[in-house]
Amino acid sequence: MVTKHDKVDVVIVGSGWAGGVMAAELGKAGKKVVVLERGEERETQDYVGVKDELRYTNRFEMMQNLSHETITSRNTLDETALPVRTRDEMMVGTDSGGGSVHWAGATYRWLPYDFEIRSKTIERYGEDKIPDGMTIQDWGITYDEMEPYFDRWEKTAGTSGEEDPLGPPRSNDYPNPPLKESPPIKLFKEATKNLGYHPYQVASCNVSQRYENPDGQVINQCQFCAFCTQYGCDFGAKSDPIVTVIPTAQKSGNVDFRYDAYARRVMHENGRATGIRYVDTRTGEEHEQPADVVALGAFSFANNRLLLLSDIGEPYNPETRTGFIGRNFNGQFNITFLGARGFFEKKKFNLYMGAGALGGTMSDLAGDNFDHSDLDFLHGGGIEIRQYGDGAIASNHVPKGTPAWGREFKKNSIHYANRSLQIWYTAANMSWWHNYVDLDPTYKDDFGDPLLRITNKYTDQDRNIAKFGIEKCKEIMEEMGADIIDEDEIPEEFDHIYQGGHYAGGVIMGSDPDTSAVNNYLQMWDMENLFVVGGSAFPQFGGHHPTATIGALAYRAAEGIEKYLNDGGGLLAQAKKETFIT
Amino acid sequence: MTQDEEDKDTLSRRKFIKNSGLVAGGVVGGSLLGGLLTNQFTSGPKTQTKNIEDHEALQHARVFFNRKKDFDTLAAATECILPEDDLGPGAILLGVPYFIDKQLAGSWGTNAKEYMRDPFYQDEQVIDYEHKDTPQDKSGPNTSTKAPTPTPRYQTRLNRGEMFLQGVRQINEVSKEKFDDPFTKLAEEDQIEILQAFENGEVPMTGVSSITFFNFLLQMTLEGAYADPVYGGNKDMMGWKMKEYPGPRMAYLDEIDKDEFILKEPKSLREYQG
Repeated sequence: MVTKHDKVDVVIVGSGWAGGVMAAELGKAGKKVVVLERGEERETQDYVGVKDELRYTNRFEMMQNLSHETITSRNTLDETALPVRTRDEMMVGTDSGGGSVHWAGATYRWLPYDFEIRSKTIERYGEDKIPDGMTIQDWGITYDEMEPYFDRWEKTAGTSGEEDPLGPPRSNDYPNPPLKESPPIKLFKEATKNLGYHPYQVASCNVSQRYENPDGQVINQCQFCAFCTQYGCDFGAKSDPIVTVIPTAQKSGNVDFRYDAYARRVMHENGRATGIRYVDTRTGEEHEQPADVVALGAFSFANNRLLLLSDIGEPYNPETRTGFIGRNFNGQFNITFLGARGFFEKKKFNLYMGAGALGGTMSDLAGDNFDHSDLDFLHGGGIEIRQYGDGAIASNHVPKGTPAWGREFKKNSIHYANRSLQIWYTAANMSWWHNYVDLDPTYKDDFGDPLLRITNKYTDQDRNIAKFGIEKCKEIMEEMGADIIDEDEIPEEFDHIYQGGHYAGGVIMGSDPDTSAVNNYLQMWDMENLFVVGGSAFPQFGGHHPTATIGALAYRAAEGIEKYLNDGGGLLAQAKKETFIT
Repeated sequence: MTQDEEDKDTLSRRKFIKNSGLVAGGVVGGSLLGGLLTNQFTSGPKTQTKNIEDHEALQHARVFFNRKKDFDTLAAATECILPEDDLGPGAILLGVPYFIDKQLAGSWGTNAKEYMRDPFYQDEQVIDYEHKDTPQDKSGPNTSTKAPTPTPRYQTRLNRGEMFLQGVRQINEVSKEKFDDPFTKLAEEDQIEILQAFENGEVPMTGVSSITFFNFLLQMTLEGAYADPVYGGNKDMMGWKMKEYPGPRMAYLDEIDKDEFILKEPKSLREYQG
């Protein structure tokens, strides 16, 4: 039996930053909204008194229960994809606020170069600089056009930071000052300055002082308790949807949050979305929620899979390189975030203290801020040091050459527990014709629907930029005075470990319907009352953490949806034929 | 527990009291050392009759491993991975074997939240996959919070409990085959040799690579030593004391920018929750 609900203005899938921002904005604008969250209802009280490393970091308390659904993964088109079976290998958030609750809080605006990477690369280096098969493209929106939305999101989130000396122009300062500087960060800043770089404090959504945002939501002052990344904040001091956009949406009186609501299909007829069909996972009962506008604001995996399961848009075919749903899988994982770890004999740091986004960084080697003429890769990243606050299980780092267990391991792991620092290069995985997502032919979820299949392999671009970053991190670590420096090793091939949550693409935005699924309001070219919002829209990744860009895109989409409803429909951006075809 | 093991257990307690004095004395002052000594003495002499008085001891009994010899093999293997030394207790004294027993009896051991649907391929691709052993802290953003142990690759129909049961029995089989003695009777160097064979994937197991089993054994030994004591390991927070780790705290707002290392007496989750 199917329960049919009354029609609303907008039904949104997902309650993270993407879904949450849209719900808050549309609720405030007087639209009737239903938000479907597959996980359970959570509030700050759920995170009080549970600072437990085993439960959250090692047993993945806040991550998706994979017994119902996971993904499958392979490297190349001729392989059989295997399911990613355990939460050691796959971390995607769930419950109120989704992955936006367990996030670290590091906040970066992506660069003007990121949004126009193809044109700006060709302009500076010529078309030949882009390797064959690399399908990077412009977003159909520029940094200048994104700037007001970044500003808006930072104000909602209470981002605490100082200006990047090499960063793009800002209309306003961050709403809060940067976090305190801890000794490892001071050391990093001194060393990078000595080397001629321009370090600054990582902008943080672990908020530096008690702050009331424009919606009247209060975010508390971060206490550096260390239970941050992979945890919900017990003090309401990490900006997440639970302390910002969800209560704002609720306050509007126009938004109905439904939990345990697992979206199975976008319903549609005659080229228009009509609503969402979902299952109440507590009862197994099917529900239909009709709406004038459907907005997918889930994790990129779920956004892609819902479109593919619903037969919306032409699935990407890598053999013919046609179609677009699932095209340009990209992200920031495994082969990125490599660098160097230094071990200090004469220094001990309070590494058990920290916050997810407490760190130092520099943009000298980000984007196209440095000359790539003689380099064998495109793009770049930040170089970061972070003081997350190490748990006792995590603080087992030993210098290379130490056995992984036994007497020498024990001795070294205890000796270096508070004596090792890591710095890394936050480069990104670009997009390639052979990296994409589609539906798996074999493996199914609880309801018999195919799992999402990821096909992803590394290229020389990935290996070359990783090598470059490791070398730079090593130089900085030397300047920081480490006694032993271990360089990270470059993996040969993608290892199917989906940690960190920076997986994107598949429903990408652009100005040309031939090479993009959504326009720059995140509106589907093929179905104008369907908006697909989140990391799924990235044509390729930026060289910094993605959350601010997702938050900004969500404000952009919310504005578009409101306009769409008020104006009685229509495409919000005009299609443009790009001069290049990838 | 055999008499030999009893003796070893008592000996290690004595040694740790002495060593704790050396490490902690003068730095933390009397309270840490006093607490330790009190705990050691109140747990009383251990005898075959197991005159158990303290509440904590009542919470340790096998609930997963039925056969005592399997549990003893597990215990000896964890002690090999994290042995007792001058710095402090090893896995056995920390309660790691009971920690693992409890974990395997619960949702972790039964793979309650993992995708356990057919087909489970056992072809070359899977064998190759299981042999990859990227450390957990080397996989993308925000993962330096992870233990730097290899991530076990899961493509087996066995759940973790079943894998461990087979694994510890196989440790004993290999031990008898190679050294004519059960694993618990072997010298440390022989025990190490056997565990290395598992680590390198050289020991045949049914439905799973010995690498996968070993990586879980390694991961769970470290977890048991350093997780909150509520899970049965890290006895009396002795793991945390070795690492100078303070346990869960409300705030470090006034200390985060301090230059000197600040040593704190550890507090458990129980104390934190009040």
